Amino acid sequence: MAERYYQPEIETASREQIKQWQDERLVKQVHHVWNSVPYYRRKMEEKGVTPDDIHGTEDLYKLPFLSKADLREAYPYGLLGEELKNCVRIQSTSGTTGKRVVAFYTQADIDLWEDCCARAITAAGGTNEDVCQISYGYGLFPGGPGLNGGSHKVGCLTVPASSGNTERQIMFIRDLNATILCCTPSYAAYIGETMKEMGLTPDQIPLKAGIFGAEAWSEEMRQDIQKTLGIKAYDIYGLTELSGPGVAFECSAQNGMHINEDHFIPEVIDPVTEEVLPDGQQGELVFTAIDKQAFPLLRYRTRDICVLSREKCPCGRTHVKMSKPRGRSDDMLIIRGVNVFPSQIETVLLNQGYPANYQIIVDRVNHTDTLDVQVEMTPEMFTDNLGEIEKRQKALVDGLRSMLGLGAKVTLVAPKSIVRSEGKAVRVIDKRKI
Amino acid sequence: MSVKQISVFLENKPGALADMTRVLAENNIDMRAFSLAETSDFGIARVIVDDLYKTTTVLKDAGFIHTVSSVLAVAIPDVPGGLSQVLAVLNEGEVNIEYMYAFLGGKKNSAYMIFKVTGHHRAAALLTEKGFRMVDQDELSEL
Repeated sequence: MAERYYQPEIETASREQIKQWQDERLVKQVHHVWNSVPYYRRKMEEKGVTPDDIHGTEDLYKLPFLSKADLREAYPYGLLGEELKNCVRIQSTSGTTGKRVVAFYTQADIDLWEDCCARAITAAGGTNEDVCQISYGYGLFPGGPGLNGGSHKVGCLTVPASSGNTERQIMFIRDLNATILCCTPSYAAYIGETMKEMGLTPDQIPLKAGIFGAEAWSEEMRQDIQKTLGIKAYDIYGLTELSGPGVAFECSAQNGMHINEDHFIPEVIDPVTEEVLPDGQQGELVFTAIDKQAFPLLRYRTRDICVLSREKCPCGRTHVKMSKPRGRSDDMLIIRGVNVFPSQIETVLLNQGYPANYQIIVDRVNHTDTLDVQVEMTPEMFTDNLGEIEKRQKALVDGLRSMLGLGAKVTLVAPKSIVRSEGKAVRVIDKRKI
Repeated sequence: MSVKQISVFLENKPGALADMTRVLAENNIDMRAFSLAETSDFGIARVIVDDLYKTTTVLKDAGFIHTVSSVLAVAIPDVPGGLSQVLAVLNEGEVNIEYMYAFLGGKKNSAYMIFKVTGHHRAAALLTEKGFRMVDQDELSEL
């Protein structure tokens, strides 16, 4: 099947063209921010930079960074780049820690965001003949609204199911012959698990593709979801601070997400020294939004750890690709001084045939951190032989040790005892009181 | 000649076993034999019941993971050395016992052992040859 693009002239533009767009828009954006966002202007002045110092992307490094702390400090209007009468919407982060972050949109900001989502849906094979079920939450969380708008732009019949009520989700998928599902990967896994329990085989499920994001998930989890639902599962990436989903999306090659570079300039930095790293090196992703008017963030530190690649992609898109984030740096746990990402634990579990239903419990006993990975027993893993189960349990402990370089306890728990999530899954319970 | 045994996965936490037995009680299921094997963090309850099909159905509905396997139910002469005689036969025949547990029938002068062995049919043949009596599913239900 020939690759389809939503905006081919942009998505397959030459590198020179993309650079030219970025240079022009960056210069314009820096002026816009200098004139309309006093908070950032002060930061620039502290660094001794003025808009006259910025001639193109090669000058990006001169600009100060913004972090989540800045967003909290400037809450709610401190980073606003437009008069409120020109703004039409807010979205807000899921707010797992501290104060919520509120992002503002003009109509043009919404249009560019929805275009980005439309590119993602088209890359997943979506056309106006598809029925696209959006099972992300709607409301302040941008997942539902963003993909909803993208789905409209592509011309799909859009089912705004929102999250929750899994039986109804499945009813709509079956009755309306939904072909594309958009939700968090953990919810997709749960929908798949429920369908399997209902006795549905992949060929009885009309879905052909899924667009899953808003949380870190492993390649193994992708394989698992693809098998259960009989679909191709595509990753999508975004942050409320930058729009929402659609900052980057996966194509048919399924090996990294194309960043919409005409709107967002990516950099990867060393999270400690803040030094910009060359392509191919792992570090923290930083974005500069060059088109957004109402919430024009420059050099925003995402806390997501990933790698950029400019290798030619077979899909024909020319925009740079980012690897699946290994996890958000604030998802990272430090256990006995070792950095641990929940996604690493997930990889070990899925590799050994366990489902992606797990919970990580971190505690501190006698001044030593303990890591307990709770895994649900499945009919496939269960046998009457105690020794055999212990052997499998030990294989998991060994697998975790070689992946993390850390001793972990594995506890087998009863099926369904770990609470299922309809949005972002709660993977980690940190009981340490430090 | 064999008996079907149901093995149920139990998480090691307070009330796990009681939850399972309550499901059986609520469904009026009679346990003929019962044994528990455990490690420090999980256990396997092994039960033989009067109604296999009903039991597996209600356990599945209640969300318990289980598996059904064949075991030997052997009538042991209720005299000193009775078990020893049975084990001697299995030992001579080089039958490996994975686990075993005892239960008492209602009849006088009779004890029964459940054996899980590797080489189920060969073990049954050896014991029959030496004159030991094996109990089948129907008979077990009447004990």
